[in-house]
Amino acid sequence: MTFTPTTATTPTSKPASDVVLSARNITVEYGGERPTRAVRNVSLDLRRGEVLGIAGESGCGKSTLAFALTRLLRPPATLINGSVHFYGADGSDPVDVIGLDPTALRHFRWDKISMVFQSAMNSLNPVTSLRRQFSDIFEAHVPEMSSDERDERSRSLLEMVGIDPHRLKGFPHELSGGMRQRVGIAMALALNPEVVVMDEPTTALDVVVQRDILEEINALRQQLGFSIIFITHDLPLLVEISDRLIVMYAGEIVERAPSEWVGQSPAHPYTLALQESCPDLLGERRELRGIAGIPPDLRVRIEGCSFRPRCSYAFGPCSTVHPELIPPLAQVVGVPQLVERTPRDKSITQMVDEKSSLRQSPAEPPILGGDWRVACHLHNRELNPEGPPLELANTPQYESNTSSSQQSAPNVGPDLELPGEVQ
Amino acid sequence: MKYFARKCGFYVVALWGALTINFFLPRLLPGNPAQIMMGKIEETSTPPPGEYKILEHLMGVGQGNIFSHYWSYLVQVSHLNFGYSFSQGLPVIRVIYQALPWTLVLVGTATVLSFIIGTTLGALAGWTRNRWLEALVPVTTFLTSTPYFFLALILVYYFGFILHWLPLSGDSDPLLLPAWNWTFFSSALEHAILPASTLILVQLGGWMMSMRNMTLTTLSEDYVWAAEAKGIKSRRVMIGYAARNAILPSVTNFAISIGMVVGGSILMELVFSYQGIGYYLIQAVENDDYSLIQGIFFFISIAVLMANFIVDMMYGFIDPRTRQA
Amino acid sequence: MSLPIDHGAESSSVELGGRRPLRGWRVLRRSPRMVVGLCIVLFFVLVALYGTFFIHDGNALSSNILKAPSAHEWLGTTQLGQNVLTQLIASAGPTLLVGFAAGLLATVLAVVVGIGGGFLGGRSDDLLNLFTNVVLVIPAVPLIIVVSGFLKAGGIGPIIVIIAFTSWAGVSRVLRGLTLSMRNRDFIAASKLSGERTWRIVIVELLPNTVAFVISGFIFTVIFAILTQAGLAFLGLGDVNALTWGNMIYWAQVDGALEVHAWWWFVPPGLCIAVLGTGLALVNFGLDEVLNPRLRSLRAIRKKPSVFDDIPLGEAP
Repeated sequence: MTFTPTTATTPTSKPASDVVLSARNITVEYGGERPTRAVRNVSLDLRRGEVLGIAGESGCGKSTLAFALTRLLRPPATLINGSVHFYGADGSDPVDVIGLDPTALRHFRWDKISMVFQSAMNSLNPVTSLRRQFSDIFEAHVPEMSSDERDERSRSLLEMVGIDPHRLKGFPHELSGGMRQRVGIAMALALNPEVVVMDEPTTALDVVVQRDILEEINALRQQLGFSIIFITHDLPLLVEISDRLIVMYAGEIVERAPSEWVGQSPAHPYTLALQESCPDLLGERRELRGIAGIPPDLRVRIEGCSFRPRCSYAFGPCSTVHPELIPPLAQVVGVPQLVERTPRDKSITQMVDEKSSLRQSPAEPPILGGDWRVACHLHNRELNPEGPPLELANTPQYESNTSSSQQSAPNVGPDLELPGEVQ
Repeated sequence: MKYFARKCGFYVVALWGALTINFFLPRLLPGNPAQIMMGKIEETSTPPPGEYKILEHLMGVGQGNIFSHYWSYLVQVSHLNFGYSFSQGLPVIRVIYQALPWTLVLVGTATVLSFIIGTTLGALAGWTRNRWLEALVPVTTFLTSTPYFFLALILVYYFGFILHWLPLSGDSDPLLLPAWNWTFFSSALEHAILPASTLILVQLGGWMMSMRNMTLTTLSEDYVWAAEAKGIKSRRVMIGYAARNAILPSVTNFAISIGMVVGGSILMELVFSYQGIGYYLIQAVENDDYSLIQGIFFFISIAVLMANFIVDMMYGFIDPRTRQA
Repeated sequence: MSLPIDHGAESSSVELGGRRPLRGWRVLRRSPRMVVGLCIVLFFVLVALYGTFFIHDGNALSSNILKAPSAHEWLGTTQLGQNVLTQLIASAGPTLLVGFAAGLLATVLAVVVGIGGGFLGGRSDDLLNLFTNVVLVIPAVPLIIVVSGFLKAGGIGPIIVIIAFTSWAGVSRVLRGLTLSMRNRDFIAASKLSGERTWRIVIVELLPNTVAFVISGFIFTVIFAILTQAGLAFLGLGDVNALTWGNMIYWAQVDGALEVHAWWWFVPPGLCIAVLGTGLALVNFGLDEVLNPRLRSLRAIRKKPSVFDDIPLGEAP
């Protein structure tokens, strides 16, 4: 009996907007003399087939969040509260990930959700051959596979990521950094999971290799149809490769947006600041600005907005009222109102085209937002009647119909209602 | 391959070092040790023919410069002829042939057993953090700090004198002649229990602590965590990922500790009157039997070097990273 | 990648910058083992230093031969009627002296060869390393026995020297490894770039970060020295009339204490050696634990009151 990989979704179907992984009220604390609350009441949904980016500076909790979702937290990190549910493509009952007992968890791991770690060198056993390490995965999950079948599958996995299959018998230290990362990806895809969490997979590599690997990842995703949670501090990168992205600060989500627009017009001051601190390879020259101040101490409760000490737009309520996630506002100069706008300088079609070229699949419609949320009082009409400043305000609403004949706006489905959000 | 070549080269140098020390040892004494030895031999028995020549090569300070002495010493040693032992009434080689196997078997087996038991317990202690195993740690620490001979004394006293369970001394029943039969073996075994226990107990703590610490460190390595993330069974992770890596430093240390075990076993053999090579070394020292001392020291050095060599070779196989240039 | 909370670092790659690690008393709180060990060692040191004021001559003979422990003589008497307890106390000093002196000398040698070689690098390092490894591989105790045997004369001094010269290699190897790993660290490069002179770099930047390991090595060597000296004494080498615990056991055995079941004669000195050794080893483990927090015994994570307690779950703080 040969082992035939099953795909999570068939490649030709439209990526449905249904959800594959949903997390609610995730709160993670690192124990100790003074516990550090690293993730604070975070909720998110991962749609089938999409790339969800999580951006933020070091220590903002993005990795911790990812580990919480996949139940990979290591002591002293503990999940204080929250639930995670997995919705398999085969239509089976939702899996309560947090509630899985050890045996069920072991079977669930890697089969449904796998990970690509930041440093492949550190995540591979230095003294065992690659062959053995692949084999371990199969032995643990598909015991009926024969030794030959395992080898065959391992070799095809290596080929899939662009590594000579003869390397199977070798050891991790014989590979270069880029190659090891590819091996990491190959291992992550071994059981054809539905979700792959990638924790800064290319941060440790040079940009050329980075580009190669990202293209590789994208191609694989098209072929096999898995969803990706992509974690990095590199916001411009996320804008390029992800469908939606989340910006985290001090353990909370401060903005959740469709990526192709948030790069052009971020709604949260932190996102804007992140953007402005990253140089644009092709755009106009502009002054780079860092973000003054330091991230807050996560061992204490935070009153009001966590970004306030470093925010140039802070005003009254920011010190006292905790900002909830709300839809962002647009502003025409002088008149605060909800306006339907397209992003500056480009039409949707143009942006879609640009995005498609990276995806290599122009026919695939991007997933647009309806789902744009920002945790900032500037967008709160009650607290800030004037509306947000221009640079934060050009947030386009989704269009139900575009005039362009090439493009019909996709059926984006209902807004995802997540707790803690104000509609 | 470079690893193995380098190691071989090293051991050649180490062997040379040991030989050189052995060369200088008798020459620490004032006067001409060869003559002194000759005199002692003549007192007790008739020296074998050519004995003085041999003694001169081994420890003499006659005419010629130090290099010629060194050369004749090396030549002599390569024939494995260390002269005559007056205190034992036998050629040195005979004494060594008699005693060496006893020591090798005893020390070798006890050390290997101690290593296996100790590292297994240590790995388990690190992996499971079991209360009882953790409690073993101070106990084994205490045992490791005990001098070999003291523990030997206690054991002999308790099991020998008080309980009369085990024999007090010797390596086998003195009335039995060495033979390949069960009677002899069982007697030998009986006599080996206490000495072996001493060796095992004293060393246990070191292996256990070292393995426990290394296991704990390894368990927090990313690849162990990644292995669990992959849904691999706990048992496989513990053995194939954690222990496999954690044991590496212990193997390296094994080499170093062999020297210490040999040292401790010498004293222990004295307490048990176990007629191994250590026992005879002490007899030789007490009797100022220089030929015997020199011969025994040579063989002890060789034995330790060979054990180290074997372990180093093994390490080259266990850790694939060494096979890179 | 590892979780950001992992402050622990392995002993071989401790996160030491140019700062001094291990500040003061907080060190002790983290490791109960070390506290116990320090107490034991301190106890023996005090006995060694001041014990002699409380007792009479340890060698005084009397006619109470081989008496079991009693109210009068807490640890009984020897074959020659000597008070065992008195001897025990009197021997503490010389025993510790040999141990610490040999340990000190060996550690100095190890520091010079290990750190020096590691820092110098290149050919000199290769040579020193080879030398260290050869010394390491040659069996120490037989050598010590043989040399002591050949040098029949001499009391404590030569013994200390011999022990020191055969036991420095192990620590030296560790220190060399440490120095090599630190040499490439950024803070050294920074010092070099800023023009600090070599010797200054060694003393000001390098050495403070090796202190913990030097101490650890020192303790190991002291344990070895005490055990070895006891062994030599047991063999009747060295000065048999000196007052050391090892010698006590020697005399006990020679005078047939075993046969007459005079356990009070040979057990206490051996126990003292073992307990002192254990104390030193515990200090070492404690040091290990502090440097490598992963090794600490798991204590139950008690839920302590925290600042986050009154936030209802499901709400952002």
